[in-house]
Amino acid sequence: MTKQAVHAAPSPVGGVLTNTATMVCGFLVLVMLAVLVVRFFGGLGAVTNLNDGYPWGIWVVVDVVIGSAFACGGFSVAMLVYIFNKGEYHPLIRPALLASLFGYTLAGVGVIFDLGRWWNFWHIFWPGYANPTSVMFEVAVCISAYIVVMWLEFSPVFFEKLGMKDAKKKLNRVLFFLVALGTVLPMMHQSSLGTLIVVMGVQINPLWQTQVIPLLFLLSAVIIGYGVVLFEACVTSSAYRRSIELHLLEPMAKIMLGVLSVFLVVRFGDLLIRGALRHAFSLNFTAFAFWVEIACFVAPLWIIGSEAARRMPARLFLSGVAIMLGGIFMRLNAFLIGYQTGDGFNYFPAFPELMVTVGMFALEVLGYIIITRRFPVLPREEATH
Amino acid sequence: MATRRDFLKGVLASSAAATAISVSVPVAARETRSRPPEALGLLYDANLCVGCKACVAACKTANENPPEFSTEDRLWDTPLDTSGYTFNIIKMYRNGTMEQKDAEINGYAFMKTSCMHCADPSCVSACPVSAMTKNPVTGVVGYDASICIGCRYCVAACPFGIPKYQYDQPAGKIGKCELCRHRHKDGKYSACAEVCPTGATLFGRTEDLLVEAKRRLALKPGEPAKFPRGHLRAANLKSAPNGIQWKDEADQSYETPAGKYIQHVYGEKEYGGTQVLKLSGVPFVKVGMPDLPPEAAASHSETIQTMLYGGLALPLAALGALTYVAKRNVVADDSDENADNAKGGHHD
Repeated sequence: MTKQAVHAAPSPVGGVLTNTATMVCGFLVLVMLAVLVVRFFGGLGAVTNLNDGYPWGIWVVVDVVIGSAFACGGFSVAMLVYIFNKGEYHPLIRPALLASLFGYTLAGVGVIFDLGRWWNFWHIFWPGYANPTSVMFEVAVCISAYIVVMWLEFSPVFFEKLGMKDAKKKLNRVLFFLVALGTVLPMMHQSSLGTLIVVMGVQINPLWQTQVIPLLFLLSAVIIGYGVVLFEACVTSSAYRRSIELHLLEPMAKIMLGVLSVFLVVRFGDLLIRGALRHAFSLNFTAFAFWVEIACFVAPLWIIGSEAARRMPARLFLSGVAIMLGGIFMRLNAFLIGYQTGDGFNYFPAFPELMVTVGMFALEVLGYIIITRRFPVLPREEATH
Repeated sequence: MATRRDFLKGVLASSAAATAISVSVPVAARETRSRPPEALGLLYDANLCVGCKACVAACKTANENPPEFSTEDRLWDTPLDTSGYTFNIIKMYRNGTMEQKDAEINGYAFMKTSCMHCADPSCVSACPVSAMTKNPVTGVVGYDASICIGCRYCVAACPFGIPKYQYDQPAGKIGKCELCRHRHKDGKYSACAEVCPTGATLFGRTEDLLVEAKRRLALKPGEPAKFPRGHLRAANLKSAPNGIQWKDEADQSYETPAGKYIQHVYGEKEYGGTQVLKLSGVPFVKVGMPDLPPEAAASHSETIQTMLYGGLALPLAALGALTYVAKRNVVADDSDENADNAKGGHHD
């Protein structure tokens, strides 16, 4: 049980905050703010290509649906450490949780940009207005609750920095409950993000329109969580010139492959039972996009199939990227590419619309850099100091 | 070894909890709902429609919507589709030489596009804030902009592409046909049916309209038959059970040769039935009406929601099981536990 104690304690990376990366991110955030001014004064049509055939664009599908799935690292690793009692993965928790915190908080804020009547947003939590049979209601309530839980889970980092030992001790006493909540809530809304498309009925291609879509979204969110941790671990160690935690990443990648195999069995089992697989052999872009999605999910089984391969950082990185791409395609396919409401409608994001999504991503990177440099998140690096 | 044993215990505890819950929760599928008995609706008969678009103009006036232009001169209201400002439109089907009305080949035909007022509407199920509601008596699907958050889930959910959003407004609203429910208190019915010169759009109780639709399907093509106009109502029916006092109206029925119909009342069974019914001489998919199953998508979606979240049983049980496991596993999440250890403060 004390295995975690042998790991290096987290500490700030240090260094300057003004460098090329932070300046570029800052500039992109400013561009986003400018676009948002136009959006709030001119309406959604002033900066987006949204239309009645595609009422949801990248602000919903990328910023919220994909963004929150990418933010599942914290949930996936916390589940491994605390629920399955794999204490050895403890050093991965804080960085993963930080990325999740940003991903979710910004997804929550990003929703406001997309809401046509945003000043009524509180209605979704208000008895009398709230409609519990709406999948959107479930998603909104769970994501909001999860954001609060994650800030609490992460608060020891700030307590440590500010020397608030008592507060930290008090929080540690209820941490087990926060951990349990922080596992149940994402399970609920990551599955419901998939259920969102069920009410769209025949408008969604049968390759994605299925009663097991909540399970598929949940499993894929867990896999994406591990994929993002692989990706982040590789990027962070290269950007901060730190050694890579291969002894942790190798077995975690193996667990990821296990969940991935279950996912693929459910995915194809469902397609075969419903007789929907024939749609994958149509000669159109939707079928092509389906195979790209599947290829991305299958690739890691081949890239890091052997233990030797899982010890190669480049391969771990590639697998992380493949999983993230698979997650992107799965969600774009289910919500946009496989969505057909009638002839005559098409959608591709407008440039200012894209700049908001880019700006949100830049804000996440900026926040991650600032917090890891100033707050104790990443494990202390003994070799270089 | 302790870790492995605990890992297995964790797995066992979670799966046992999950199994117990899935067994104890009754799998209550949410059945597709049917129309309320006194549901109000429209019957649109494409064979009677002459494409005059009086209904499009009357709808604009009744709902105080601005004109929309699609021509250079911008003289007339010329919307090409329903929108946040156009709730009803007549579209045209054209094929080959367009010689014969209501023929699939070398013919032309009209089709009305407006809200179908589903028995089990996807938009109402989707709406997270109850801005889109279905009246339990009249079955009219109504919208309240003062409640709406503008998420446009209703727009995405509707298989008929009906709720539309005003993208050009900073405070855009959803626009859709509400069967002129705001006119009911004055004893007036849907403006589109009121102005229709041929009775192609007929207003009434959906039950009555369905009987009328089936009567027409049984007519012999070419034989003269009687067709009502305006408001189809049982003799001397003045009030509806929900308190609507309809205004008196003279019988406007007329005689004309019956057209040739596809033997299908669109809306009788689609998605559990709709309150707006349609008849056509051209197959419905060709005139833009989607081929829909008898079960509403809302029933699938709400079955999943009820199974997973009914009474919050499953989430609470999962939370309980996970709290138990986490309580055992979360010991000291102290990053300065080395220091704590030194002080002898580490507890395990």
